[in-house]
Amino acid sequence: MTFFAVSGLGMSFGGNKVVDDVSFEVREREVFSLIGPNGAGKTTIFNLISRIYDPTEGSLVFRDQDITALRPHKIARLGIARTFQNIELFENATLLRNLLVGRHVHTDSTLFADGLFTNGVREAELHHREKVEDVIDFLDLQRYRDKPIRDLPYGVRKVAEIARALCMEPSLILLDEPSSGLNPEETEDLAFWIHDIKTLRGITVLLVEHDMRLVSDVSDRVLAINTGRMLAMGSPSEVLNHPEVARAYLGS
Amino acid sequence: MRVLFKTNHLIDIRWFEDRSVAFWYALLAIALLGAPWVMSTYLVGEASLVLIWAIGGVGMMLLVGFTGQVSLGHAAFVGIGAYAHGFLLKIGMPMLLSLPLAGTIAAAVGIAVGVPALRMHGIYLAIASLSMAAIVEQVFVRWESVTGGFSGYAMPPPTMFGYSFDAAVPFYYLCLALAAALFAFAVNLLRAPTGRAWIAVRDSEIAAQSMGIAVARAKVSAFGISAFYCGIMGALFGHKVGFLTPESFSPLLSIQLLMLVLIGGLGSIHGAVFGALFIVLLPTGLAFARDWLPDWLANQPSLEVGLYGLLLAMFVLFEPAGINGWWQKIKYFFSIFPMYKRSTFVRQKAYMKTERLR
Repeated sequence: MTFFAVSGLGMSFGGNKVVDDVSFEVREREVFSLIGPNGAGKTTIFNLISRIYDPTEGSLVFRDQDITALRPHKIARLGIARTFQNIELFENATLLRNLLVGRHVHTDSTLFADGLFTNGVREAELHHREKVEDVIDFLDLQRYRDKPIRDLPYGVRKVAEIARALCMEPSLILLDEPSSGLNPEETEDLAFWIHDIKTLRGITVLLVEHDMRLVSDVSDRVLAINTGRMLAMGSPSEVLNHPEVARAYLGS
Repeated sequence: MRVLFKTNHLIDIRWFEDRSVAFWYALLAIALLGAPWVMSTYLVGEASLVLIWAIGGVGMMLLVGFTGQVSLGHAAFVGIGAYAHGFLLKIGMPMLLSLPLAGTIAAAVGIAVGVPALRMHGIYLAIASLSMAAIVEQVFVRWESVTGGFSGYAMPPPTMFGYSFDAAVPFYYLCLALAAALFAFAVNLLRAPTGRAWIAVRDSEIAAQSMGIAVARAKVSAFGISAFYCGIMGALFGHKVGFLTPESFSPLLSIQLLMLVLIGGLGSIHGAVFGALFIVLLPTGLAFARDWLPDWLANQPSLEVGLYGLLLAMFVLFEPAGINGWWQKIKYFFSIFPMYKRSTFVRQKAYMKTERLR
């Protein structure tokens, strides 16, 4: 079975080809990292996977199902969660409510039932809160539970995004530069969490990251891209020591 | 200062977070039920008007304050509700059926209009809804067999179970019962997945869809619900005014509805009630104030509209959280007395959002 595969993916904005013939396969329960200098097309690949953009070429397969033409909100229902580089939390709601939105894929009550707040809705709400509490515990967010997001420091917001994605109980999670804006200590915590997300929760992680120490710490495999094209793929040490990769980052 | 020690999830879910809050609401309920005994007939009428506005206001609040979609055309739904209710009563339908049906008709029109209109954002949506309201107003004028055209018609009196609610006090209780039920429905929606989906769409559409929320559906459902509330408002408004003419549902009404939620305080059900109080009491207060003002100002035409604009600008500048913001501050002042400091409510600058994907 193919868990998640990208084949021949291409994306152009006007005449500008930002992703060009990218193919890779992510195995279940691994941490797969995408690295590359700024503007390499990493976030674009993420936006293509979560269907915010329509790819101009290629296809996406998740659990043997072609998801290239699915609507964005359907992607989430399949079990693909993501975080955003620039933090897209619901700023005026409390952390708890943000995380409960993450449970949306597991809700199926009608508007009418919600309005009457039937017993079924109440039971479901209690169940969602149990699940959310579990994630809050996992990421140590207890003391921020009832604070509105706009009052939280940047580092906590970053973690809150991961928490919200975990509340969806996904099988694949896309983390877009989770360590940007974090201090070294927070980054270290993050490395442990990514490891735990994989081993304890059994979630496959697709990671875009600039912090090479974090990448080599947590990744099983790494794909380096530059100007939309694939440079090298393999184990972290192979890719990070690849001469092409060093040239892409440092120039020749 | 009270500290709420949370021991189970129901504390977050239930209507009143603890006994003291429940106590104050119970006191409010008693005050509202007993009000007709101490108020003059005129004041009871004003109170019903506040409740009627509050019903429409809650609908607008769900759309503007919680889903973040600005509409400048909700007068149309108020009008549709009023005319539909009047028409159904005239053909002999009992009020118990015609009232919800009037709301449903308004909601149906709202959904039909909302599906294409909600592809637009912000100011474009406001303009689209404004033009929709202009079209609907023309329909009220032209569809004479149903609406009576320019000359309008007298609204049949409200009667249920053979009992007339025409007099001020019974009508007040009718409005109070409906407002209570509709408020409860709105509060329930907001503590359930539907309301959370709306708030998510308001704060970040891109994140909402990545969380599995069908953004278009969430917006249309908010539009439909708000149209339903405005439809019910219209039906009651018709009874209150007693006579339906197209001018009652002019763009000014749409603007008043938007003012209601902005001045009341976006994003809170309390705000809708405060806004309704404001909208009803401003003309009354102004009538009293006219006696005190110098002649050149008191006899100024459309003083009311000008004052709306001025107050709106002042609120946006100095108290974006509206009257509800004052309320929160007063409550906070007493709850932590004497430690209140102004800076509690000063927000730090939000982090810049780079390119929003739209």
